[in-house]
Amino acid sequence: MRPPAAPVTDATIAAPDVKVEIRSLNFFYGAQQALFDINMTLENRSITAFIGPSGCGKSTLLRVLNRMYALYPQQRAEGEVRMDGTDILADQVDVAELRYRVGMVFQKPTPFPMSVFENVAFGLRLAGSARGARLKERVESALRDAAIWDEVKDKLHVDGRSLSGGQQQRICIARAIAVEPEVLLLDEPTAALDPISTLRVEETLQTLREKFCIVVVTHNLQQAARVSNVTGFMYLGQLVEMGPSSTIFTSPANRKTDDYITGRFG
Amino acid sequence: MNRRQLRKARNGLFLALSVAATLVGLACLAAILWTLVSNGIAGMSSRVFTQMTPPPGSEGGLLNALYGSAIMTLLGICMGSPIGMLAGTYLSEYGRSSRLSTLIRFINDILLSAPSIIIGLFIYEILVVRMGHFSAIAGAVALAVIAIPVSLRTTEDMLNLVPAGMKDASAALGAYPWRTVISVVYPAARSGIVTGLLLAIARISGETAPLLFTALNDQFWSTKLNAPMANLPVVIFQFSLSPYKDWQQLAWAGALIITVTILVLSISARMLLSLLQSDRGGKP
Repeated sequence: MRPPAAPVTDATIAAPDVKVEIRSLNFFYGAQQALFDINMTLENRSITAFIGPSGCGKSTLLRVLNRMYALYPQQRAEGEVRMDGTDILADQVDVAELRYRVGMVFQKPTPFPMSVFENVAFGLRLAGSARGARLKERVESALRDAAIWDEVKDKLHVDGRSLSGGQQQRICIARAIAVEPEVLLLDEPTAALDPISTLRVEETLQTLREKFCIVVVTHNLQQAARVSNVTGFMYLGQLVEMGPSSTIFTSPANRKTDDYITGRFG
Repeated sequence: MNRRQLRKARNGLFLALSVAATLVGLACLAAILWTLVSNGIAGMSSRVFTQMTPPPGSEGGLLNALYGSAIMTLLGICMGSPIGMLAGTYLSEYGRSSRLSTLIRFINDILLSAPSIIIGLFIYEILVVRMGHFSAIAGAVALAVIAIPVSLRTTEDMLNLVPAGMKDASAALGAYPWRTVISVVYPAARSGIVTGLLLAIARISGETAPLLFTALNDQFWSTKLNAPMANLPVVIFQFSLSPYKDWQQLAWAGALIITVTILVLSISARMLLSLLQSDRGGKP
């Protein structure tokens, strides 16, 4: 059980560029603790990358930010995660509304059993935010932003599942950004992609950085170094070190971080 | 005999036993099918599909029974499978590990293996006795009660096959569970759901005992749902027990029709299912 709920709207006004502030976050899968006392801030118009060996809790951290874990009854989070000053872990938060503001792209492409167009329009239809010509416009611009428009513009009506893996993943990115979320979470978005598709997705992220607060989990250190401005290194459920990517990848303060990025373990 | 030879001999013995058991089983099945086909074909004629069940000694067919079976099966499926499908949806999508789900699964398993004569008696008690007469409606309700657990089980199994990632992705876009179920899960499991429907139809179209207590039989053409109605299984039951040669012929023909129908339904269900499994690969 979480301690008594803190007031939802906080009096302390967050600094203008801070989108998300995490305070003493602990996370449990049943009895097993997966995150230990995480404290950090995520900024607007920036890309934050989380690196670390498998099982270190990076994906878990992402799943807290849109409360995906709430779909599974044995999983629970303790602590505070403030988005624009509001604690999103509070019971009274409408998770559907939260997830509409916090988009997510998964490691495996997850196209829905419907046409390419309907896949991307799915979130927009849910929110009822666009219809008719406006809907088409938003779908097209999302597909362009995800660098997939040229490949699918002539087959918008085909089943999304019939595309290649790389195309499917970019459709999923388009689907996530079509609703213009405030925060975009990407869980190893290019793990299943070929180098060219990976490059496209990375370029996409660079364009999107101007609009969103982007958080990406990756096993690919070069990718983290290439795309992110802030990098956090996680190990055994703890945030070991976090700072500007240029610092983390050249002169990390912590010995473990150094060992990891130089390939001595992990 | 050394150790290795002994093990080899044991293996040979087990192989021989299991092959023998398989052969016995297959031989029984072949004998049944052969008797059914040879006798059924002999009784088959265009009259079977165009004339009513006759009194002993005169010519006739099974038209009223075929019609009655079709109507009651259709009604039974229309009543039973929506309940089964919705309950299966609850088990798979909402209450995956709740205590209520465990209870529902347990009760469903009992219902699934309950002797159908018990279900016939149950409907007899709660419908036939209160209405004061046998009726097609009571027959359809009895068939529905048999269809519910079949359709519940297949629906749950098929929805469980839909990748969790797909459901998560829908939730991650801010979809409430009902929206995910209708827009994502059902379409993804479409062929599985149709398979379940076919299996349920196959299951109830051969049931005799529940109809014996509910719809009974009618010698003549009747479309009244509020009255007894002819149906294949009960006609087969009565005709085959009779001493009349021509009635027995018709019973064989009816048995062949039911068997072929169920065979066709089961084979299409299997084909759909293998289609569904090859879909799993992602690309067509």
